Amino acid sequence: MKTHVIFGITAVVLIIAFVVGSSYYKGKQSEKFGFMAQENAELFVRDHSQTLGSDDAKVYLIEFMDPACETCAAFSSFVKQMMDANPGKIKLVIRYAPFHDGADYFVKILEAAKKQGKYWETLAVMYGSQRYWASHRNPQPQKIWQFLPKAGVDVEQIRRDMNDPAIAKLIDQDLADAKTLNVRKTPGFFANGKPLQNFGYQQLQQLVQSELNANYPN
Amino acid sequence: MTQSNKKSLSWNILFLCWLVASVSTMGSLFFSYVMGFAPCVLCWYQRIFLFPLVLILAVGLFPLDRNVVKYAFPLAIAGWLTAAYHNLLYAGIIPESIQPCSQGVSCTEEYIKLFGFLSIPMLSLLSFTTIISLLIILYRRTSK
Repeated sequence: MKTHVIFGITAVVLIIAFVVGSSYYKGKQSEKFGFMAQENAELFVRDHSQTLGSDDAKVYLIEFMDPACETCAAFSSFVKQMMDANPGKIKLVIRYAPFHDGADYFVKILEAAKKQGKYWETLAVMYGSQRYWASHRNPQPQKIWQFLPKAGVDVEQIRRDMNDPAIAKLIDQDLADAKTLNVRKTPGFFANGKPLQNFGYQQLQQLVQSELNANYPN
Repeated sequence: MTQSNKKSLSWNILFLCWLVASVSTMGSLFFSYVMGFAPCVLCWYQRIFLFPLVLILAVGLFPLDRNVVKYAFPLAIAGWLTAAYHNLLYAGIIPESIQPCSQGVSCTEEYIKLFGFLSIPMLSLLSFTTIISLLIILYRRTSK
């Protein structure tokens, strides 16, 4: 029967078109987003996450950090150097893991500063003044306020914005993701979803370099 | 026109109708499983009315059975009404606050805009409209 043939061929063509279309689309997506096309990518990068670097970068360096963590402060300039050495190829994603007691206080300030477009300035001031307010024996979180004007932020506005429940929710989300990804110490680094297995400057450099080599073969 | 020619034209119309339903079904599956858009509640209702059409219309093709119009029509109408409602909501003519999908995926979130105006609810309305038109044409031809 001729009609059966027409029907059969059409059905097969439709199914093939669907399968080919799917794999074509997925290929395009993974080309475009690299590791971001992976199913669990949102565990690493949420919509609210602060990022630094080009959107076209193929290496996502995810850092779970705590503004009160000394090692995070120490690593920040190292990370910047790596980014400067590979312009446009690395995108830094900041996630929060405020494990120190009361550290979410600083995350709230940071997120409030983000609303004023002074995120990185504020983070730099925090890291720079950390030793004055983040002492382990005698933490004095209130001392941060005297340093904040250096970041060029409206301090009163920050006091109003920092208690936004959306910020608390975002911290909870980040902490939940940190738990899922088994981040127990800060800074916790991932390059394109691959965890930094052994901690150290050298090891981080190697991890990032291997992702750079994989994504930029030439 | 001979009897067999007439019959083959009817078959072609029904076949076209089935093709529209199949392409729409695949398109909707593509949006949700390949592109990863979560379907909202209203989209689900439209799918409920669309997916069975693929099978019902196919059954009506072998052998050509004009009664298929009777079975397919209610589904197509129900789908069309849901799609029309969805479009009104999407365009903001009906406020979202009075509609039922308050949790989960918003029915008014814009995912795609093909050629600058074709949204997903609009695609759905277009395919239900085409299906209904073809069914009406088929019904008129065969009832003469």
